Amino acid sequence: MQISFTLNGKPLSLDVPPQELLSELLRERLGLTGTHVGCDTSQCGACVVHVDGKSVKSCSTLAASLNGATVTSIEGLAAPGGVLHPMQQAFHEKHGLQCGFCTPGMVMSAVDFARDNPKPTPEAVRGWLEGNICRCTGYQNIVASVIAGAAAMHAKGA
Amino acid sequence: MPDQHMNTPANPTGIGAAVRRREDMRFLLGKGNYVADIKLPNMSYGAILRSPHAHARVKSVDISATLKMPGVVAVYTGADLAADKVGGMPCAWPVVGKGDVPAKEPMRPALAQGKVRHVGDPVAFIVAETLEQARDGAEAVVVDYDELPAAVGVLDAIKPGAPAVFDDIPDNVCVDWELGDKAATDAAFKKAAHIARLSLVNNRLVGNPMEPRAAIGDFDVSRGQHTLYTTSQLPHIAKLLMGNFVLGIPQHKLRCVSPDVGGGFGVKQVHYLEEVLVTWAARKLGRPVKWVAERSEGFISDAHARDHVTEAEMAMDENGKFLGLKVSTVANMGAYLSTFGPNIPTNLYGPLLSGVYRLPAIYCEVKCVFTNTLPVDAYRGAGRPEATFCLERIVDVAAGEMKLSKDEIRRRNMLRMEDYPYQTPVLMNYDSGDPLGCMDKALAAADWKGFPARKAEAAKRGKLRGIGLCTYVEACGLAPSRIAIRLGVRGGLFESATVRVHPTGHVTVLIGTHSHGQGHETTWSQIVSTKFGIPAENVEVVFGDTDKVQFGLGTYGSRSAAVGGSALAKAADKVILKGKKIAAHMLEASEGDIEFKNGVFSVAGTDRSKTFGDIALMAHFPVNYPLEILEPGLEEQSFYDPVNFTFPCGAHIAEVEIDPETGFVKLLNYVAVDDVGTVINPIIVEGQIHGGVVQGVGQALFEDCVYDEHSGQLLSGSFMDYCMPRADSIPDMTVETHVTACTHNELGVKGCGEVGTIGSPATVINAVVDALQHLGVNHVDMPASPNRVWRIIANAGGAVK
Repeated sequence: MQISFTLNGKPLSLDVPPQELLSELLRERLGLTGTHVGCDTSQCGACVVHVDGKSVKSCSTLAASLNGATVTSIEGLAAPGGVLHPMQQAFHEKHGLQCGFCTPGMVMSAVDFARDNPKPTPEAVRGWLEGNICRCTGYQNIVASVIAGAAAMHAKGA
Repeated sequence: MPDQHMNTPANPTGIGAAVRRREDMRFLLGKGNYVADIKLPNMSYGAILRSPHAHARVKSVDISATLKMPGVVAVYTGADLAADKVGGMPCAWPVVGKGDVPAKEPMRPALAQGKVRHVGDPVAFIVAETLEQARDGAEAVVVDYDELPAAVGVLDAIKPGAPAVFDDIPDNVCVDWELGDKAATDAAFKKAAHIARLSLVNNRLVGNPMEPRAAIGDFDVSRGQHTLYTTSQLPHIAKLLMGNFVLGIPQHKLRCVSPDVGGGFGVKQVHYLEEVLVTWAARKLGRPVKWVAERSEGFISDAHARDHVTEAEMAMDENGKFLGLKVSTVANMGAYLSTFGPNIPTNLYGPLLSGVYRLPAIYCEVKCVFTNTLPVDAYRGAGRPEATFCLERIVDVAAGEMKLSKDEIRRRNMLRMEDYPYQTPVLMNYDSGDPLGCMDKALAAADWKGFPARKAEAAKRGKLRGIGLCTYVEACGLAPSRIAIRLGVRGGLFESATVRVHPTGHVTVLIGTHSHGQGHETTWSQIVSTKFGIPAENVEVVFGDTDKVQFGLGTYGSRSAAVGGSALAKAADKVILKGKKIAAHMLEASEGDIEFKNGVFSVAGTDRSKTFGDIALMAHFPVNYPLEILEPGLEEQSFYDPVNFTFPCGAHIAEVEIDPETGFVKLLNYVAVDDVGTVINPIIVEGQIHGGVVQGVGQALFEDCVYDEHSGQLLSGSFMDYCMPRADSIPDMTVETHVTACTHNELGVKGCGEVGTIGSPATVINAVVDALQHLGVNHVDMPASPNRVWRIIANAGGAVK
């Protein structure tokens, strides 16, 4: 079926099979491999992207449902020229990533959270990130990153 | 949260500086290059049909319907592999048991030949134009199985009359291994005033790096050249094992590439049969073949870990001084020997049983047993967490029985700094360490003395509070080849590095270690920065491609900095040595008068000097150069074989609260004080320890790989069933280092990748048991899940109705 949506700021019209997942569309058809697939039960959150500004698991979202939507993947988060988004910068500063596989989903999830939570407690961050699994970091520096990233986003009015 | 990394050393990008990682950029921008991201022209897709049974005879495999399906390119079975004389999957580190009887190494074909021996054992490989077509094709393969009874639990498998996993190994015993002086240990037990005894299970785990495994085979028919892209921690070893022992591809015709790899933890140090299938199929088809595991496929195809049943006894004198330790373990190998399988519960386990204690006599025996389950191999810590869990649990049991506090019994038996170097009765010669210093630091950081007040306060809220202490030693820096070869490894365990200085003075490092989260690109640049007095950003680090890097044994066993870093330092020293010769010529001085400091070669006591960049330029444009005695160019290589293992040690403390109504254990506080040797990058070291601790906490409280004991079906085969630690499962922890330098490598580094995982299971369980000791509980098996803990409390009559 034919859908039109905005992806990382650019309008797009595509014919999508009814069973195609957003993660498959991004990775396999559009070559946006920053979105990762780490499980097959919607548990790990490596595939999180934004649909209309809200974080969703792209492995459980049908591409066909996106007509008229605005989609942002990790590739669309930084400013042109690779200038990091404040949340990306915070992950870098606080060593909030190791192997990098869960990172795109973590960052996208964190940005959604931080928009509504300028000064979150560590407990609130930990609660929000319950749907994103990281095997490397033990989460501690991710929590620090999200707190710092939230502060930076609101300081800059991002 | 205060930034603990504000102190920068003199060189802001050198050793000791908390340099932020350069590799972050591509990962944060979504520009990582993982194997699953790679698309090659004309690529086909593979799917594997796997056994649904734990044990069955394969009577027939009918592929005729699949071959007629749209898009299906080929279907392969074990018969095709046999016809092509494809070898079995090799074991790289078998061991020799009692009476010099070697481990049994039954053939493991990449596709079943005659029998399947675990759920997930591959039966057919289907290649198609698309992944969906390959999966549909797999569903259409008709396999006629003759189901057989399965040997599942490790103790059940050695009972008389148990089903035999292999017809020619009727008792299912792979090897019966021993270490230590049995007679001396028996004698120590005879004079004991008290003997503490403990039975324990070290539960089975699945490592679950977040990136599922993947492999792409490619074949260039014009050059007869194979390329394998694979999610491996050690691409050179994959190349050696697969090329030499499985597919018979000459080493110069095989390239293995491991690009960005999303976590390894030992799971990806195994040479896997999927690597064989895609490489072999790509040659047969003359086009690339890609296979990517789904998570649920990973659960039934990744090597599993741990799975020990152990009886331990500690003999003590009347003051609680340790006289001897006896450990008897049955270890699960699974259905076949994985690459490093039998080495883990033997060589990486028994030699660690002395811990940080003066323990005059130790005897350890380990029976490695085949079962109808996934093969078992390394997982973060690999053998050493199991040894630490055994020792530190029985030390706590001993403390209780001797009426000594948990810190006092350790203090009475612990090695002092002046005891080093210390020869244990189980092979190891510890070069350095200060375990008492680590423990005292941890006791202070955790406010050990204030615990009774916190326990009393918790009791008022109806909660059971416990505190747990654990010390550990780790043997890492694998490995001195001479020792390792004596212990059975089929190859050297050195590491290599090349330092290529460009005409501009910029540097490329080519190194055999592999970074899959450890931040080597940053850390190795810091070593070069310190060596040459140049900014780290002038250094590029290349790894993970056997066509680019000379050779390397890869990354496992916390070896990268101690062995790879040392190789890099030695190669850099060779560059400096050659640089001095060039400088001596340019400055018309004798070589012995040339000093090199902060990036400048100078004649001692004069103001005559040349920069590192001047020398690099002259080496490439040798106009004023001693060509008659010195080759041009500035590139040096080192193959470094360590003289000993390195021995990180430390002390960890955990505090938990148990809700007696639900059995839920809440981890409240965690303190880790570790001696990892010289810290090259403190922020990276701290991150490694955070991650390691949480993996061990995962084993202690959440994770459990469970098979149905009769059918051999995997019951915990997804993230819905296998409980991974989540952000909300754990609190912030306190991490401190207490450094003594390694005495036998130039950098003084020991290793930091596994210390967290080695210390934390025993620490947390010691805390859980401490919370329950008023009920007469002296041990809780892992994971201390609400179900298990509630039952223990209920059985002890302590449950709240």
